[in-house]
Amino acid sequence: MPLPNFDEESDRKVCIILSKGSLDWAAASMVIANAAVSEGIELHLFFTFYGMDAVLKKKMDHLKVTPLANPSMGMPNAVAAIPGVTAMATSMMKKKMAEQNVPDHRDFIQMVCDAGGHLHVCKMTFDMFGYTKDDLFDEVEDVISASDFLEIAEDGQIIFI
Amino acid sequence: MATETIAGHEIDVDDEGFMTDSSQWTEDLAPELAKAIGIDALTDDHWKAIRFVHSDFGEEGESPTVRRVSVETGLSTKQLYQLFPKKPGKKMAFIAGVPKPTGCV
Repeated sequence: MPLPNFDEESDRKVCIILSKGSLDWAAASMVIANAAVSEGIELHLFFTFYGMDAVLKKKMDHLKVTPLANPSMGMPNAVAAIPGVTAMATSMMKKKMAEQNVPDHRDFIQMVCDAGGHLHVCKMTFDMFGYTKDDLFDEVEDVISASDFLEIAEDGQIIFI
Repeated sequence: MATETIAGHEIDVDDEGFMTDSSQWTEDLAPELAKAIGIDALTDDHWKAIRFVHSDFGEEGESPTVRRVSVETGLSTKQLYQLFPKKPGKKMAFIAGVPKPTGCV
């Protein structure tokens, strides 16, 4: 009988660079990351610049999305700039995502790690903002340079978000 | 689309081998389907996941994702990846006689 492609010897590798710290971009990277691990693909996430918010213990539960300077949200910038609008947009986005069964960011990233995904943090960002290892989500494996990341990503597909 | 005979049952499968009529599935098919994809023995935890996937498809009309199986059965993500290595969502669906999951999360 025909069998699905459950080839366990696949050497595919996906490496995602997350450079943005907002809720929507973090979610986009987690959706792709989760899809990769659930296809048996080796998965690495590299958090750099604002993307590091997604793995900072103090910030990762408070990622936000803003309609400011975001034409896709259809809100005039003068309105988007009013205090409280970002919080409102964030709570609406979270509600919409929950309706699609998207877990909270912390649960989502934990799920990716439990499925075998690897998390790396950018050394330059880490040094620049003066973070310590204690600031990082426990599943982060290491703090590495861009060239170390490219070594890991050799022969892999790189996605920049 | 083709008809296959497994464990004395005739089943309709799609081009990839997923069953297209879940009502043709019975529990004695599961160990045979599992063997076909390299899972030689089904433990209680395997059964817990497989039975949930089959019944959930019957109730919801779509195959559950790994996350849904984990939330609803209490089996952790890690356990599901150990029980059905590499591609748990698709493997569970295959063994439980339902289409492959279409959800992203």
